[in-house]
Amino acid sequence: MTSTTAEAVIAVAGLRKSFGPTRALDSLDLSVGAGEVHGFLGPNGAGKTTMIRILLGLMRADGGSARLLGRDPWRDATQLHRQIAYVPGDVALWPSLTGGEVIDLLGRMRGGLDGKRRDELLERFDLDPRKKGRAYSKGNRQKVPLVAALASDAELLLLDEPTSGLDPLMEAEFRQVIAEDQQERGRTVLLSSHILNEVEALCDRVTIIRAGRAVETGTLAQLRHLTRTSVSVELTGSTQELGGLGGVQDLQVDGTRVRFGVDSAGLPGVLSFLGAAGVHSVVCQPPTLEELFLRHYETQPSLAEPGPGGTR
Amino acid sequence: MNTSVGSWGDSVVGTGALVRVILRRDRWLLLAWIVLLAGYPILGVQNASPGYVGLAESPGMLMLHGPLYAENRGALATWSSDDLLWMYGLVSLLIVIRHTRADEEAGRRDLLGATMAGRHAGLAAALAVTWAGNLVLALVTAGGEVAQGLPAAGSLAAGLKLAAVGCTFAAVGAVVAQLTESAAAARGIGGAVLGAAFVLRAASDATGAVDGGPWLSWLSPLGLANEIRPFATERWWLLALFAVLVVALTAAAVALSARRDVGAGLVRPGLGPARATPGLRGPLALAWRLHWGPLLGWVVGLAVIAGVFAGAAESAGEVFADSEQLRSMFERLGGRAGASDVFLAGTFSILGIIAAGYAVQAGLRLRTEEEQFRAEPVLATATARLRWIASHLAFSLLGPAAALAAAGLVSGLVYGITVDDVGGQIPRLLGAAMVQLIGVWVLTGIVAALFGLVPRLAPAAWAAWVAFLVLLLLDAFDQVGQTLLDLSPFTHLPKLPGGHLDPTPLGWVLGTAVALVIVGLLGFRRRDVGRT
Repeated sequence: MTSTTAEAVIAVAGLRKSFGPTRALDSLDLSVGAGEVHGFLGPNGAGKTTMIRILLGLMRADGGSARLLGRDPWRDATQLHRQIAYVPGDVALWPSLTGGEVIDLLGRMRGGLDGKRRDELLERFDLDPRKKGRAYSKGNRQKVPLVAALASDAELLLLDEPTSGLDPLMEAEFRQVIAEDQQERGRTVLLSSHILNEVEALCDRVTIIRAGRAVETGTLAQLRHLTRTSVSVELTGSTQELGGLGGVQDLQVDGTRVRFGVDSAGLPGVLSFLGAAGVHSVVCQPPTLEELFLRHYETQPSLAEPGPGGTR
Repeated sequence: MNTSVGSWGDSVVGTGALVRVILRRDRWLLLAWIVLLAGYPILGVQNASPGYVGLAESPGMLMLHGPLYAENRGALATWSSDDLLWMYGLVSLLIVIRHTRADEEAGRRDLLGATMAGRHAGLAAALAVTWAGNLVLALVTAGGEVAQGLPAAGSLAAGLKLAAVGCTFAAVGAVVAQLTESAAAARGIGGAVLGAAFVLRAASDATGAVDGGPWLSWLSPLGLANEIRPFATERWWLLALFAVLVVALTAAAVALSARRDVGAGLVRPGLGPARATPGLRGPLALAWRLHWGPLLGWVVGLAVIAGVFAGAAESAGEVFADSEQLRSMFERLGGRAGASDVFLAGTFSILGIIAAGYAVQAGLRLRTEEEQFRAEPVLATATARLRWIASHLAFSLLGPAAALAAAGLVSGLVYGITVDDVGGQIPRLLGAAMVQLIGVWVLTGIVAALFGLVPRLAPAAWAAWVAFLVLLLLDAFDQVGQTLLDLSPFTHLPKLPGGHLDPTPLGWVLGTAVALVIVGLLGFRRRDVGRT
């Protein structure tokens, strides 16, 4: 681990990949530093899975460069995989093997597994390791590679929509486990998702990908600058001048109750106005990732709808 | 468990739409099925010869073909193609399982279940297509035979006899598809039922010829079908008996289907070990877990077939001595040698092509693993690509070796007992069986090369296998030119036992197999995995 902390664990620049006439990745850039939990956010079909497959050396890029832990993911795939654990978006288990057998097998083929951690994770995820592959529900199937990955000593985790199919309780448990794992081990995590509050809860930085291109990247705080705060107030005074303030949008007046959005630049002006006008109550909401997301996909809102299943 | 499933009419809603789905998905498969299996008996008419009369009396031939009921051209033709009667059952069985249990296992049934299709619609559609296909097959067969100047009534009976076997085992497929959660297990059970029907008929016919009245044969659908006796005062009423049998089996399948959950079988899978054994630690160990069941089935199956043929070898040899035409037919299959050796060599060329079927099946496991996203997690570990592909190809290469070795040993033992020379025959027949392996490996090579270069077309390896099988069968009837025959690797193998072993063509065949495997390995190292 020591040799790679200096440079980015994942360094992708101008990555291109086409499948026939379909352009899956169109000059994609991505940089993930050591110890970072990086959210990789995009709708189905945006190219998330394709990029992860390139990082795993399962696919070869048409152009651009990708470095993983300082190495070439295609040429050095086998050596790199000792340091990486992967949870695929489409989890298929062998019908005749039990979940426990698959966890052990994947762990051993990677180069080792922490037995104590494995048992602890099985308990936390409430997974019966004695069931055969075909007997698991989709959610429980998803837990099998998750346990194998988290019980490994890999320094980089590539998680491709790891919570698809998990119920809300298990999703919460997953977040907890990742957060703890992060504190105790400080591994680098790339978490692809179309579930926004999951990324919001876990990630230090986020890259938003759309149609094979990174459209935005940065910390959550940086990205919030791009959006507006929604404000809901009950005024004692007049609402007349509110509409005239710089940065205020979508003003809705319902008697003394007012709702509107305001961008970061307009916030000081609005606050001083409200202080002068007098308020009964005020609720300010920071922009959620949903809003960020919708902003980037508003031209094609249908794409942003989280669908069931993985991406392909 | 839901036993109140509404009215029958509701439960088959959407069958028409599902029939169209099956026809769309399988149009080429269905066409190939009908053309090949209608073509076989039609071709048999041209080769029908009075020389069969003597042959049909030997116990060995009775086991393979069943009895000959009359000496006219039509009856002789029917008898000559009866050796593949079980195939008509097998194909129908597999088609029904493919569109019922296999779909369910893959989760496609859930997709359809969520639409407006009724509970039994999938079953009804699979049966409807298979039954209709069998009827078309019957009519094509009858038409082809009439066109060659055979009586219309006999030709129709000959066609319907094949359809009766097909429809019956389609219904058997419908029943076994309800039993287990895995399609492979359903195929195994269905195959065992068909095997039992064959053994029952074969044993009954072989012994009944001596004792007078092979009544046991009536308990087997295959024996019952023979009793329809096309071209020998047809017994049409037996078709009604088949109709009853088909209805009864179908009713059983529907009853079973109504009392189980979608995706579940009647046999519930138990729990397994919570931890992997220390041995389960690499791709080869994983491949062993995935392959050993089917491999065992093939080894036992090949050994049993070898034993049956070897048991018939001596009596077949005696009959050959009397019939110049038959002798020449088997010589083309088995080469020029002592009559029994000719028969055995012909047997080994058939066993070789069967073993090649396993080679294709085991090799195509690579494609299934990739398509169903099970290759990806393995290749994302420290497992190198070459180690993963080699782990499955090992079974495609060595599995047939095990099966042919078992066949060679068993035939050596059985034939050795009949000629009182066990010690001499075992090594001789073992060697003869193993020579087939060189040809089998070409099919492994074809699978590997397709998988490495154009994975989407990998299942086309089955087309190569069918082509080699057809060339082998046509060669027996001396129907094709040498140029075409030379395309099959099996043409270049020495006809053992008894034939001359020329290492040069053997070397070429082996070289081709090795080259194809290497091409496959190199191709796979370069290509994308997952989306192909």
